Amino acid sequence: MTTKKLMTASVVALMAATPVMADLVFPSLSYRTGPFAAGGIAFADGYADYFTLLNERDGGIGGVMASVPECETAYNAEKGVECYEATKAEGALVYQPLATSITYQLIPKVEVDGIPLHTMGYGRTSAKNGEVFRHTFNYPVNYWDGASAGVNHFLDLNDGSLEGRKITLLHFNGAYGKEPIPTLEALAEKHGFELTTIAIDYPGQEQKSQWLQIRRERPDYILFWGWGVMNQVAVQEAANIGYPMENFMGIWWSGSENDVLPAGAAADGYKALAFHEMGSDFPVFDDIQTYVVDAGKAAGAGDQIGSVLYNRGLYAAFLAAEAAADAQEATGEPEITAAMMRDAMESLEITAQDMEDAGIPGFGPVFSVTCQNHGGDGLASVAQWDATAQEWSLISDFFPSDGEVVNALIKADSEAFAAENDITPSCD
Amino acid sequence: MLYREAGDFKTSYPEDSQTFPIAFDRWRYWAVLAIAFLVIPFVINDYWASSLMVPFLIYAIAAIGLNILTGYCGQVSLGTGGFMAVGAYACYKLMTAFPDVNIVFHVLLAGGITAAVGAAFGLPSLRIKGFYLAVATLAAQFFLVWLFNKVAWFYNYSASGQINAPERFIFGTAVTGPSAPAWAQYLVCLVFVTFCAVLARNLTRGSLGRSWMAIRDMDIAAEIIGVNPLKAKLTAFAVSSFFIGISGALFFAVYLGAVEAGDSFGITKSFLVLFMVILGGLGSIFGSFAGAAFLVILPVFLKIIGVDVLGWPTEMVAHLQLVIVGALIMFFLIKEPHGLAQLWRLAKEKLRLWPFPY
Repeated sequence: MTTKKLMTASVVALMAATPVMADLVFPSLSYRTGPFAAGGIAFADGYADYFTLLNERDGGIGGVMASVPECETAYNAEKGVECYEATKAEGALVYQPLATSITYQLIPKVEVDGIPLHTMGYGRTSAKNGEVFRHTFNYPVNYWDGASAGVNHFLDLNDGSLEGRKITLLHFNGAYGKEPIPTLEALAEKHGFELTTIAIDYPGQEQKSQWLQIRRERPDYILFWGWGVMNQVAVQEAANIGYPMENFMGIWWSGSENDVLPAGAAADGYKALAFHEMGSDFPVFDDIQTYVVDAGKAAGAGDQIGSVLYNRGLYAAFLAAEAAADAQEATGEPEITAAMMRDAMESLEITAQDMEDAGIPGFGPVFSVTCQNHGGDGLASVAQWDATAQEWSLISDFFPSDGEVVNALIKADSEAFAAENDITPSCD
Repeated sequence: MLYREAGDFKTSYPEDSQTFPIAFDRWRYWAVLAIAFLVIPFVINDYWASSLMVPFLIYAIAAIGLNILTGYCGQVSLGTGGFMAVGAYACYKLMTAFPDVNIVFHVLLAGGITAAVGAAFGLPSLRIKGFYLAVATLAAQFFLVWLFNKVAWFYNYSASGQINAPERFIFGTAVTGPSAPAWAQYLVCLVFVTFCAVLARNLTRGSLGRSWMAIRDMDIAAEIIGVNPLKAKLTAFAVSSFFIGISGALFFAVYLGAVEAGDSFGITKSFLVLFMVILGGLGSIFGSFAGAAFLVILPVFLKIIGVDVLGWPTEMVAHLQLVIVGALIMFFLIKEPHGLAQLWRLAKEKLRLWPFPY
């Protein structure tokens, strides 16, 4: 009897739980657990909420509902691969793994399976060369743009010369943190500053020795490539040794509320790069409140809305939805495939009007994607933390990176990849 | 009933000392092999291969390796992740340096290189024991991961420090790289598992295995009756590392295709394999398989039940997974400290006496 009841219950649960088969599938490889959860939760919430908003307000994209099946990766490459294999058969249109290590696993796989991979501001930088990486996109910016933008900002502060200055790269000791090193080395040669790199091992709760070294070397500026719990530790340690916060700049993954709040007032003035606007002062957030939050459909706990990483998830979803709408328009078919999505991403153009229509005027840079350039125009901005008002705000416009240095490195790295893997670079 | 010796007469010594003296065991063994080799390759798909079978087989090799060291020779090791990294990076260097040589030889050679490294790190075991040895192997774990992150030669100076497995073929079929079919990945791992398990089983039944067990049970007594501790301990480290190196090479080349030392071969990997061995059963080849299956398949199974069937939020399922797996580990350790293998052994004993237990 009990077995029968259990069986019935589980069958009913199965039927109730199976989502209504939606047609546009945007899998979310999220991480709401593990040492990087603080960042993963906000991003996943923003990504899911934007699609919920489109479904509730506009009836989906081009009349077709979007679904966002979530799969927990815990920032772990093995689980990421499992998630990819588990969701790809559902008709996935685009993957956004939000982890550089998972990106490296997926780059060859998406090439074979023909599903586009969008690594927005992370992943393999040289994927910008779309002739080699046909299915991988990293618009609107990448790490090398970030490194160069950071150096450009320091150049501005020093009237255009960094001669004889010392810049330290404090980075996560893994694929993600090592990415900017070649660019910074090239830039160090070009501008005549001295570069030192200091690595922090996963997960980075303990950074005493790194900051001791910084105290000894007294760099003029610190660029910081950290993620998760190591961010707040680094900001706290910088405060402890009295390092001037305005000379300490994180990449966009080291610049959320989670990273600066624990250090309190001492974090005031800490800078981070950014490629989209901060805060919830945009029309889209009113709609999210009406259609998503008030309707009880907000993802997660619903407490992340307007945070930096929530906005980033929302921006990622916006770019994916724009590409999907473009694909529908280009092919005239509402139910697009991954191949159509890829073509649309390759010809994506984000104008000021597009952002205004979506309720996020001036939210990110204006850029366009081509086959030769899967990475957009590399425009970044600098944000600064105000500990009194407890908010991040952009202190500059979106400005370009040093294309000359970055593009040469991208060309060299992508060509090396093509040679290693027998790929003939081409656009068709 | 099924499992008994009655009527199974042995007329020669080799027959009496064969691996599976009971007829039913032999049939079961051949049946498992037949299903593994002749049925599964035809039905396996990408998801089953890359989420369940391939990691299970690879972890089984690692667990066999650690079981030889810890279960048979009694030397506790926390360096498994580091030794797997040696296997992976050795395989990568060999694959890129000698692209024309078959991948099978690269994997075996990677095992050999790991054996040499393992034996070197096994030297302290002659002086220190127990927890102290565990700490010494922990040093190996951190040193090796640091080394592969620090020295760019190991990852061919790539910008990110990642190593990527180029495409390699066996009999014209890709087994590494993205276009490798699921059945080929599965089969190549299966062949290595079978090879390793048969080798390990025979080693542990021979004089070498007996000397390991003598050292494990009481090293002073073993030394007095003429077991050379230097030879026994170092061979245990070398053989164990050989298997762990093979599993690391397969883990990198066949399973993931791209790894970085800190992310894939950290201390958590060492603990995972150690849990497999403890949970499966120390000193048992079957236990290595059981432990690997338990810790690879159970989380995926729980995830499918929680997320796909019940529709619960992913983070809740991920947390529940940790709770359930942790609780089960504690339950088994309290109820059956000798692991799943002992449960299996008891079941067999009961079957032999059934229906007249005493």
